[in-house]
Amino acid sequence: MTGLPAMHPGPGPVPVLALGDVLLVTLLGELHDGAAEQLQHDISQRIASSPMPVAGVVIDLSGVEIIDSFLGRVLAEIAASARLLAARTVLAGMRPAVAITLVELGLTLPGLSTALNVEKALSLLGRASSAAPTAHLEEGA
Amino acid sequence: MHAPITSTTRLPIGSDADLAWVRQQVRQTAADLGFNLVQQTKLVTAASELARNALVHGGGGHMEMTVLTEGAHRGLRLSFVDAGPGIRDVELAMTDGYTTGGGLGMGLSGAKRLVKEFALDSRPGEGTTVTITDWVSGLPAPRTGAP
Repeated sequence: MTGLPAMHPGPGPVPVLALGDVLLVTLLGELHDGAAEQLQHDISQRIASSPMPVAGVVIDLSGVEIIDSFLGRVLAEIAASARLLAARTVLAGMRPAVAITLVELGLTLPGLSTALNVEKALSLLGRASSAAPTAHLEEGA
Repeated sequence: MHAPITSTTRLPIGSDADLAWVRQQVRQTAADLGFNLVQQTKLVTAASELARNALVHGGGGHMEMTVLTEGAHRGLRLSFVDAGPGIRDVELAMTDGYTTGGGLGMGLSGAKRLVKEFALDSRPGEGTTVTITDWVSGLPAPRTGAP
């Protein structure tokens, strides 16, 4: 019974940005199921068709307020398909309340790397891919 | 004494946009009632699981959201109603990892773990209603001089 309708963001596609040899995906607010599945497809396509080998995928979850079993499954499948395409996936910036809820829900996302924020995720990938030069970032956001 | 505040809101569950809308409305209401962030997150996550179940397995339905007051306690009751095929074996459906919908099989069992009260009523051929209730916990909110 709220007077004004809350923000109802459209189900548009989630942008996938390339930072050197890493793909960065920032999830914000309400993600529709269809957009999550589209993202899985988009990331795989980007890895496969990228002119330079993609070493890793960083998914920034700091703007995500809930992860339910559907989104958890999509994240696990993104990581699994990226791994088959020779790229590692790191989940960055999960909120504490989301982490607590995921554990209680029974989802532990085995096989997925995590980092406290995007910067730490990038350094995690930088260390892992010794062949590729470390992405040089000078941004403070 | 205040009169008990009781308001029921009914939201349709017919598409994945509706799931997003259900999550937002539950979040907003839980926050207004004074649920803390972890409780809000658990409640919204449980609501998302159950709304998706109603959509995927029940062919759609609706959610009824009722604000509860019991003395000084405030709570939120959410009922997810569908007129789908019903659940043949409730015990099996409540088992972790059991799925018929391509998910992870954590929907029902996980939702139950996330809230204080959980009730499932399913009649084969008629539909399923899952009702969850949670209460605001933690320190009393009224303006007593907190340390």
